[in-house]
Amino acid sequence: MEALMALIIGVLTACGVYLALRARTFPVVLGLTFLSYAVNLFLFTMGRLTIGQPPIIAARATGYADPVPQALVLTAIVISFAMTAFVIVLALKARADLGNDHVDGRREP
Amino acid sequence: MNHLVIAPVLLPLLAGILPLLPRHPTMRQRRILSLAATVAQLGVALALAAEVSDGEILVYPLGHWPAPFGIVLVADRLAAWMLVITALLALFALLDAIRGADTAGRHFHILFQLQLFGLNGAFLTGDLFNLFVFFEVLLIASYGLLLHGGGRERTRAGLHFVVVNLVGSTLFLFAVGTLYGVLGTLNMADLAVKAAATPPENVPLIRAAGLVLFGVFALKAALLPLHLWLPTAYAHASAPVAALFAIMTKVGAYSILRVYTLIFGAGAGSAARLIEPWLLPLALATLIFGMLGAVTSTHLRQQAAWLVVASVGSLLTALGLNNAAGIAAGLYYLPHTTFAAAALFLLADAIARRRGELGDRLDPGPAITSPRLLGGLFFVTAVAVAGLPPLSGFLGKFLTLRAALDHPFLPWVMGAVLAAGLLGLIALARTGSLLFYRALPSEAGAAEVWPTLARETVPIIGLLLLGLGLTVGAGPALDQTHAIATQMLQPQAYLQAVLKPGGTP
Repeated sequence: MEALMALIIGVLTACGVYLALRARTFPVVLGLTFLSYAVNLFLFTMGRLTIGQPPIIAARATGYADPVPQALVLTAIVISFAMTAFVIVLALKARADLGNDHVDGRREP
Repeated sequence: MNHLVIAPVLLPLLAGILPLLPRHPTMRQRRILSLAATVAQLGVALALAAEVSDGEILVYPLGHWPAPFGIVLVADRLAAWMLVITALLALFALLDAIRGADTAGRHFHILFQLQLFGLNGAFLTGDLFNLFVFFEVLLIASYGLLLHGGGRERTRAGLHFVVVNLVGSTLFLFAVGTLYGVLGTLNMADLAVKAAATPPENVPLIRAAGLVLFGVFALKAALLPLHLWLPTAYAHASAPVAALFAIMTKVGAYSILRVYTLIFGAGAGSAARLIEPWLLPLALATLIFGMLGAVTSTHLRQQAAWLVVASVGSLLTALGLNNAAGIAAGLYYLPHTTFAAAALFLLADAIARRRGELGDRLDPGPAITSPRLLGGLFFVTAVAVAGLPPLSGFLGKFLTLRAALDHPFLPWVMGAVLAAGLLGLIALARTGSLLFYRALPSEAGAAEVWPTLARETVPIIGLLLLGLGLTVGAGPALDQTHAIATQMLQPQAYLQAVLKPGGTP
């Protein structure tokens, strides 16, 4: 499972970085979204991967999952959600104000 | 438990939410509330500074969860110093905004207070993840403020600013995640203790996380080569917003100082002195490049923005010396450069508005109205920004150079700081002569009415007077910054206060 998670995080990050370096706003927004997905999974993994363990004290628990990364991921998801919404609106505004979707507002290809 | 510690965080939060409750608050009500909240913040910050002036470290465990399990707010001398600077700057930026710039959008005062909420929180928090959250709060408020007023150029600058900072936030989370994965805590004091005791096989991971974190803070502070977002963003923000943003780069500098004296300080074993090989060379390069940018600028606001980059260079040069004298010099230079940069942004706007279509472009144009007053103010501001005697900028630079005397980098520091001073002088002298001496003769415009002019220049004069106060009161101010530096370089008291509340130090 660790290898699979590592692979997913790596692929998401690579896609995110590639897309974030594109010259059009839509791929850039997608790239930022991928990056935030990657970092959410990464944060989650940092509490170590466990299956079927409770995060809070339970009577018959044999072990526990770390609850802190879950709280961190929740915060990070909310923040990245808000930021994505903002950057989409901003990209649309830029499209309207500048007349094209180039990140520098330039017209050439 | 002292509830004063949380007041600087709660006050702006409440003042930011309150105007949303009534259906149609008038602009007058919003202004009064915003102004009252900012004045109250100044009072609270001063009270807090008085409280911690004897070296006491006030810890406020939120929800009464003891550290390291809960999030703590920590007020020490450095936090109080930053809070006072922020409140003073915000007061004058707000005084400028309520002349009319705040009517361009409905939520100016809300965003302004939320920005202060983020700033104050970032200075007070004792938890690394909480620092991330407050960074996001201040950033999302700053996105709104930057776009305040709208317009083509502002949208384009805003898009770059937002995207760059989102990438920065992602990197911040990667670094925080790595630190948590290795050390199992996020409380800064606890991180410091755990990092010092970590087994050697974990050290490379901690160092990697620490350097990624440095990259994030360098991005916020606009350290070379991560400074490219700053000039366009600041040059296109409206004047009061640009003035308030003068403190934003200092948040990055503050975070560098806090994290790398506490977590990666001298006591951190093999992870100690992590950024020393990076910080000073990059800071010197930032200083030179910022001044070169100022020399080559074609617009006054752009020049002011490049001068902000250069001031980050000077500030981090002082902090990068990594000795008590250097940190004290940097912390003395910090308020000076914040106030001077803010004054320059406000002044640039006042000048640009009098030049019609020419705006702030650095070309000879018709003479502006009230040239004596504005020219005189520009002269004083330029002296302050360029760091010439007799104002506080000179003292800050002099102290930095004196702190560098025993440093192996002395020739580089000396060369860069003096060369940058010369470049800044050239840039500002050229601007001043272009704007005021080479003005084309024009028909005498209508004389300006005094009340309007006074309201326009009061924030600028106020900021300059603060700089003057810093010069006249250099003795007490330096005592204070020396006390802060000593406290920063001996983190044991901080660890004791956070982790063993009630224990005798």
